[in-house]
Amino acid sequence: MGKRSAPTGRTPFGKVPLVRQGKWPLIVTFLVPPVLLYVFFVVSPYLQAFQISTTDWLGYSADANQVGLANFRSLWHDDYVWNALKNNAILLGLVPVLTIVLGLFFASMLALGGRKGRAGVTGVRGGALYRTVYFFPQVLSVVIIALLWKEVYHPNQGLLSGAVRAVGLPAPTWLGDPATAFWCVLAVMVWSNVGFYVVLFGAAMSAVPKEIYEAVLLDGASRFTTLRRVTLPLLWDTIQVAWVYLAIFALDGFILVQLMTNGGPNFSTDVIGVRMYDTAFGSETKFGYASAIGVVMFFLTLTVAVLSLRVGRRERIEYS
Amino acid sequence: MNRRDILRRTAAAGLLATPAAGLLTGCATGGGGDKNDAATYKGTKSAQNPLGVKEDAPLEVVIFGGGFGEEYAKAHEAMYTEKYPKAKVKHSATQEISKTLQPRFVDGTPPDVVNNSGAGQIDFNGLVSQNAIADLGELLAAPSLDVPGKTVRDTLLPGAVEVGSYDGKFLVLNYTYTAYGIWHSGKLFTERSWEYAKTWDQHIALCKEIKAAGIAPWTYAGLHPRYMSWPVIATAIKLGGPSVATAIDNLEPNAWKSESMRTAADAWHQIVKDKYILDGSSGLDHKQSQTAWCQGKAAFVSCGSWLESEQKDVTPAGFNMTIAPTPSLGSGDKLPFEAIRGTAGEPFMVPAKARNLAGGLEYFRTMLSKKGAQDFTKKVASLTVVAGASEGVDLPYGLNSVVKALDASGANGFNWVYNNYYRKLERNLVDAACGEFFSGRTSPAEFLDQCQKGADSIAQDSSIKKYKRAA
Repeated sequence: MGKRSAPTGRTPFGKVPLVRQGKWPLIVTFLVPPVLLYVFFVVSPYLQAFQISTTDWLGYSADANQVGLANFRSLWHDDYVWNALKNNAILLGLVPVLTIVLGLFFASMLALGGRKGRAGVTGVRGGALYRTVYFFPQVLSVVIIALLWKEVYHPNQGLLSGAVRAVGLPAPTWLGDPATAFWCVLAVMVWSNVGFYVVLFGAAMSAVPKEIYEAVLLDGASRFTTLRRVTLPLLWDTIQVAWVYLAIFALDGFILVQLMTNGGPNFSTDVIGVRMYDTAFGSETKFGYASAIGVVMFFLTLTVAVLSLRVGRRERIEYS
Repeated sequence: MNRRDILRRTAAAGLLATPAAGLLTGCATGGGGDKNDAATYKGTKSAQNPLGVKEDAPLEVVIFGGGFGEEYAKAHEAMYTEKYPKAKVKHSATQEISKTLQPRFVDGTPPDVVNNSGAGQIDFNGLVSQNAIADLGELLAAPSLDVPGKTVRDTLLPGAVEVGSYDGKFLVLNYTYTAYGIWHSGKLFTERSWEYAKTWDQHIALCKEIKAAGIAPWTYAGLHPRYMSWPVIATAIKLGGPSVATAIDNLEPNAWKSESMRTAADAWHQIVKDKYILDGSSGLDHKQSQTAWCQGKAAFVSCGSWLESEQKDVTPAGFNMTIAPTPSLGSGDKLPFEAIRGTAGEPFMVPAKARNLAGGLEYFRTMLSKKGAQDFTKKVASLTVVAGASEGVDLPYGLNSVVKALDASGANGFNWVYNNYYRKLERNLVDAACGEFFSGRTSPAEFLDQCQKGADSIAQDSSIKKYKRAA
């Protein structure tokens, strides 16, 4: 059975003392090279980007003038950037919720959904097959997903238009209409992520002792109550991590958007990542300005991630 | 560490890694410099070697791996090494010109010849304003390789130099000669005994007939709707004369809202209002819409003369694709019906810091020789800016119609270059406006307002260098 305990930092490492002799060689060998690589390839580009964001660098010569915070001032008045941020905000509000709800639903159906005719806690029939199928999008590269869905959304020959017409409804032009394009891209984002979280939540559920569910079952709880009262609290850590990942994904969304719509029609699917790419490599070569967008993105992502870790903090549950 | 900590730390790592994809300037401004100044290859100039090529200097050529492939470039390189057997040519092809070459420009070690084209093209405004491209003036003044008694400039078609010139300096060699017009299938039109309409009223009447026959009169690349800006601007120029284009290129106030542009936009609105556009076109990309056109689902499509090679794989035999100018609005038009937009396209450049700059210019001279140009036309079925180079070459049907249209257009041909000066204006802003207009969500006036707003935003942006051209 599970028991609650305060977060005391009682870890397996805490119980077993480290080998005292040779501690430093171990640390030096295993930690210093990765840290150096990380500083060189990750941290230093960051710092450079911060520096570049205060210049008017145009990217194809070594000359750049310091312009202070001018790039950030123009950013503040850039309608296209605000439009992209608004879209990111909608993604941030919807993609994590939809993905996690669907992921939890599928995972709990696979782990505990089956109840008819058998004693004990089992998943629905054919669970292994479903689990494999759900994971398919994760196996495909994002590029392939984007191209695949572009064809599904083909207004005349696409799978979706065909299905809608088959039931006698007029099919919209999906990616061609500002009213639908954004939601089409959002649907693909959810679709391509759900599978991974089904597996993640499924793995977390299998770590929950079966006796809990058996007890709940004996008490006559419905499936929904089981999910809400037992599964959710026990999976909270995992859900929180999923939330952070999905929030970061929602603030990015670059590859899917760029390949499916490139921000169009009429900027209705534009996201901040596409704006930045377009400013540096697309229709302009304003690397200084693009770096400023990048810096803004960095702080936004950081804020969202820290907030979602903070807000979701709860007591830890350990099984012993 | 327990599972919770591991998960949390993974999250933290992910949190740091993802914006890294965002911060794109991994290799930054530092370290760039003039290290190559001393090491530029220079040979002795002579009558045989007017550009002063060092005969054993290596030459690096980067080709855009797009619709034309790269075989044509290998042939040009072979011609170069035939003349300079000691030179080693390094050839590569990529679709990502800007991403691949940006660090090398910063580092001061760019290749000697760059075919700056495609979706990953580097914005020329940025390159020119940073003095990153070499002046090709010397090349123009050099004698042609195989047309005796003429300089390279003399062998070029009219307009070829202007297109690549910025503030009077010829910086970009646009190698192909491209016509922009309205395309139809000769086969379809003969079968149905339709005739391409020369005036707008007749065009609308024809559209009505085509629609009645169960075919959509028009389709367009809804995901790249700027393709439809071409016939609208062309119609306006034919009505009001080339000054319409000059005003747009020079970002003059309200250039997009000129009387001619208004009349043209009003006219084109008819095909939207009367639903003469294939359903779902606004959701198609250029390939998908052109393919629908090749399948006979639509009668007209707006495109440049690369259409034939782009559609090679899906065009049915005997389709007979034919280019035609935009219909005239009426007898008041300043240019005749035959006038068509012809312009040099497919940009090549020699970076200012190329080590073998002379070799790059000489490579251009090879491309612009009659032999080089003829070989290109044979290999990729496209015209070049070299006058008369397509003579005696067996041209495919569509390209033949392009040659005829250009001949008929003659001195009435026109062009605009704002898309070269300000890539963002066409690619982003006018593009978005066209999408709204041709899917029926905006009126002609709103459409032109949106275009004008885009042009004004470029005009007001002090970080973008402005160019002017004479009428």
